[in-house]
Amino acid sequence: MSPRIVVELADVSKRFPSGPLVLDRLSVEASAGDFISLIGPSGCGKSTLLRLIAGLTAPTTGQVAVECEAGADPLSSLAFVFQEPTLLPWLTVAANVEAPLRIRGVPAAQRVELRQHALELVKLSDKTAAYPRQLSGGQKMRVSLARALALSPRILLLDEPFGALDELTREHLNEELLAIRQQQAFTAFFVTHSVSEAVFLSNRILVLSANPGRIHTEVIVDLPYPRTAEVRQSRDYLDTVAQTSQLLRSIEQPAA
Amino acid sequence: MQLRWSTILLPACAGVFLLLLWQGIHLALSEDYRFLLPTPGAVVSALLDHAGPLGRAALNTTYGALLGFGLAIAVSIVCAVLLSLSPLIRASLYPFLMILQMTPVIVVAPILVLWVGAGLKSVIVITFLICFFPLVVNTTQGLISTDRNLVELFQMWRATKLQQLVLLRAPSALPYFFTGLRIAATLAPIGALVGDYTAGSSAGDGGGLGFQAIIYSSQAKYPALFATAAITCVLGFLFVAVVIFLSWLTLRRWHDSIERTDV
Repeated sequence: MSPRIVVELADVSKRFPSGPLVLDRLSVEASAGDFISLIGPSGCGKSTLLRLIAGLTAPTTGQVAVECEAGADPLSSLAFVFQEPTLLPWLTVAANVEAPLRIRGVPAAQRVELRQHALELVKLSDKTAAYPRQLSGGQKMRVSLARALALSPRILLLDEPFGALDELTREHLNEELLAIRQQQAFTAFFVTHSVSEAVFLSNRILVLSANPGRIHTEVIVDLPYPRTAEVRQSRDYLDTVAQTSQLLRSIEQPAA
Repeated sequence: MQLRWSTILLPACAGVFLLLLWQGIHLALSEDYRFLLPTPGAVVSALLDHAGPLGRAALNTTYGALLGFGLAIAVSIVCAVLLSLSPLIRASLYPFLMILQMTPVIVVAPILVLWVGAGLKSVIVITFLICFFPLVVNTTQGLISTDRNLVELFQMWRATKLQQLVLLRAPSALPYFFTGLRIAATLAPIGALVGDYTAGSSAGDGGGLGFQAIIYSSQAKYPALFATAAITCVLGFLFVAVVIFLSWLTLRRWHDSIERTDV
């Protein structure tokens, strides 16, 4: 039995008013449990793709379908993590994680439970009373991730979430993100500029070309999960990184 | 808000020096002109001599300033929320806010006297007019400067417009609001004073410091006039100090501006 489709983009094009064509007749199917990275030169519309799935912008033509329970709001199965932590600076870590639950009317007792669990997942249980400005960049990003996880999303959309962090913190968070996925299954779309990050995390990498944005190639990463830091030394990993980098360079060349 | 020795000692030293300079200038003037600058001692004794009327006037002015200031805060918040709703509303109404701001009090005062009569009511309205603009402009700016990504997150969480206002826009507007509040706090006592000067009334001991200033200058009681100026100065400081304290109380935990104490 093949896994069920949770996100389907059929022939999706996006043109902003009086702008160029950002995405050109793009079709993607994501199965439950997929970790799909989107990589490509700037202007290839990878962030737009995430925003389309999130319902933050509508496709010009084509269909975007997100699996949800019959009659339910498709947005309720989604969570979004931006490149910036986008926390509410006037709220404590605990209140930040609970904010979306509060807005959705989740009862207090359940809210606390979900919040505690999410903060355990990102290893920040000791920071519940802190305010965002007391945290490091990596810690803020963890809170942002915890806030998304507390929603128990089926689909997690991540727009370069670790792009502003230093290399070491980024690698740690990559490992933790995969560890979290062992406990809380979700389908992920992950926009990144880092090939090594994409290879480490994903089972599928969509390499997009720009002007207009199209899927150039899909790279299947055949490394078994669970992946740990050691994977980064493995032959298969290094080969895939090298091939994908080369592929990306071949796309970026003409534009440069 | 750390108090270091330098934040107290340096202004204190400078203050002593300025007082000595003041006394020195007084003594340097020829006898005929010394009335132009009464000594600090003469001002203090005038303050004590006139403590009764000055105290009453200060209370009246404070009262008018507080009411006008409070009214301006309340009305500006309501207006800012309305203005933040749409760029169309802002485009339509901003020019009139500017007109309100540009019209000098000197011209408005007689009209107000005509409408509501001289006295406290006019003082309140004039204070309101002076405080309203910085408050409404800053608060509106704050309400529309919310982080775009946060607005989108709230949309994805299906927050209602009201939730968005209360949980997101209003708190993120607070630093802007306090900037406006600080400007308005410096203006409120001045507004009350000018209001009193141009549209005040001494009926039933209702006169304020502006009225007192008219009386003292007409009677050539110059040390008392200086004492009146000193009181208005202290009043202004009090208003600003209270606002700075409130803003510190509200923002200290989460807003960066508080660490880098400015003033």
